[in-house]
Amino acid sequence: MMQEARLFEKRAQDLFLEGLIKGTSHLALGQEAVAAGFAAALRPEDLVFCTYRGHVHTLLRGAPMSALMAELMGRASGICGGKGGSMHLTDVSHGAMGSYAIVGAHMPIAAGAAWAAMERGTGQVVVCFFGDGTTNIGAFHEALNMAVVWRLPVVYVCENNLYMEYTPIGDVTAVANPAADRASAYGLESILVDGNDVDEVYETATRLVDRAREGGGPALVEARTYRHGGHSRADPATYRPDDEVKAWLARDPIPTYRERLLASGVEAGEIDLVERDALELVDRATEEAKAGPFPGPDALETELWADGGSTWRS
Amino acid sequence: MAELTYREAVSRAIAQEMERDPSVYFIGEDVAAAGGVFKTTEGLLERFGPNRVRDTPISEQAIIGAVMGAAMNGLRPVAELMFSDFFAVCWDLIANQIAKTRYMTNGQVALPLVIRTANGGGVRFGAQHSQSVEGWAMAIPGLKVVVPSTPVDMIGLFAAAVRDPDPVIVVEPKVLYASKGEVPDGEIVDRLGSANVVRTGDDVTICALGAMVPKAFEAAERLATDGIDAEVIDVRSLVPLDVTTILDSVAKTGRFVTVEENPRLCGWGAEVASIVAEERFFDLDGPLVRITTPHLPLPAADALEDLAIPSVDAIAERVRGTMD
Repeated sequence: MMQEARLFEKRAQDLFLEGLIKGTSHLALGQEAVAAGFAAALRPEDLVFCTYRGHVHTLLRGAPMSALMAELMGRASGICGGKGGSMHLTDVSHGAMGSYAIVGAHMPIAAGAAWAAMERGTGQVVVCFFGDGTTNIGAFHEALNMAVVWRLPVVYVCENNLYMEYTPIGDVTAVANPAADRASAYGLESILVDGNDVDEVYETATRLVDRAREGGGPALVEARTYRHGGHSRADPATYRPDDEVKAWLARDPIPTYRERLLASGVEAGEIDLVERDALELVDRATEEAKAGPFPGPDALETELWADGGSTWRS
Repeated sequence: MAELTYREAVSRAIAQEMERDPSVYFIGEDVAAAGGVFKTTEGLLERFGPNRVRDTPISEQAIIGAVMGAAMNGLRPVAELMFSDFFAVCWDLIANQIAKTRYMTNGQVALPLVIRTANGGGVRFGAQHSQSVEGWAMAIPGLKVVVPSTPVDMIGLFAAAVRDPDPVIVVEPKVLYASKGEVPDGEIVDRLGSANVVRTGDDVTICALGAMVPKAFEAAERLATDGIDAEVIDVRSLVPLDVTTILDSVAKTGRFVTVEENPRLCGWGAEVASIVAEERFFDLDGPLVRITTPHLPLPAADALEDLAIPSVDAIAERVRGTMD
């Protein structure tokens, strides 16, 4: 999963440089272990909410890669018909309930989805990914409080990549661990995990998701990780000290995991095969996406309303 | 048939829909145990229990986010936003999330939810609890907006809103909560996007909304004694907008006036007037007239608030002026 996510993001970066993807994008290069660890712990009926840095979260829920790539490229064959774009990837059929581009907005929305799951007795768990910057916006606090008071089956996952966009999170936050140190304010366990260690993420995810499913209420996790690139396409990330970047690159979750697999006796050839398959998948998805048609004028005024149209007057 | 106050109609409307459909849930600040700060939701907790009628913290983003998320996962939730002025603290959820998500996802996400809110002035609450903000919601593609002006319309339009597959904002003029009206027995279901002609006339069309409807009606009755026969339209639904009823009336009368409680700039009447100008210009016998509050926050003192909000006298006088 991590390998597919990594290669998807790299390809997205390349396609930007080729001018085939317009607008902006926020890549999760380096952060794949958090999305992968949680994705492995979820059931098909569970629901995931993520941010504008949400390509990999959506992909790892099982969304078709070519339709995601096509969405980035503004094609009619995109997962949202080209209307969403990089920051709004959504695949409801796979429980990927949306990528939210206003910081914090999806925190209460995820709580609402969990509330419906609880009332309907569906057994679903909701997982909501967000960045460290989100911990300083009001919706974060409103959602956590309500989730605890209503004892909702939702797991909130802070991907702390140490920078809120361009500014170090520590410079603008009252506590050292922006999510974990706030957990006690809502009566929650303070949980800090190594977000670059996919096994640790998976174990924590399994424990918290299972607990939420059994009626044990919400959780808040802080996963420390690091962006390999800038905040968005426009950001070369020159504000980060070289030795910090070097230290985190040495802790890249994918080579780290490869080493662990080799040490545990997995054949190198087997791992190479996984990597080759992932590359083939990305190549094929890229070609399919490139072959997709651009949306025509007929698409513009559709799907504002449930009747499929956008009429506002008689 | 029974005489109900508007506030009694609110609770009857919610009860009617909760009784009919077990997926209808209702949340808000002080709505359950306390029965609502305007006493519009009394008895619902006792009738439907604490799961379906739930008090929330003072967290408007969480309230609106919760109904959005719940609507994405199989409920048909209703949120009360205590005062419509509080749109300003949860506008991201309404304008950026609820309004846009269906379109952005190309129809993957349906949001069958209702937000009801107490709106407008006339009760001396001052500038932050008296605004008429229906125009804020009207300006955002993806939101439907209705403004019932009578108890029976409250029930019928609310029922239509709950049953609609899209997000609907139900705007309740709080000054009308104590007003009374005849309400038939049994289930009442209206439809969105229909204006009502509440008084027929041949000389001038007066379009009003919410709390301005009874004032426009009274002004029209007064004008009748001067020989001016005004047609009064209760717009009722801003999105969808019943343009047909309005234009048909203008074609008949040749004169057009709006009565709006909102400040002057970008009120709903500006949009309606622009449609009339574009599409019935050659039927007009005089200039379009908009009667609004001044472009000001609403003051608290009764003497000042009464000056700001269009009065029956002011409406009658302006309409008389257009007939010259």
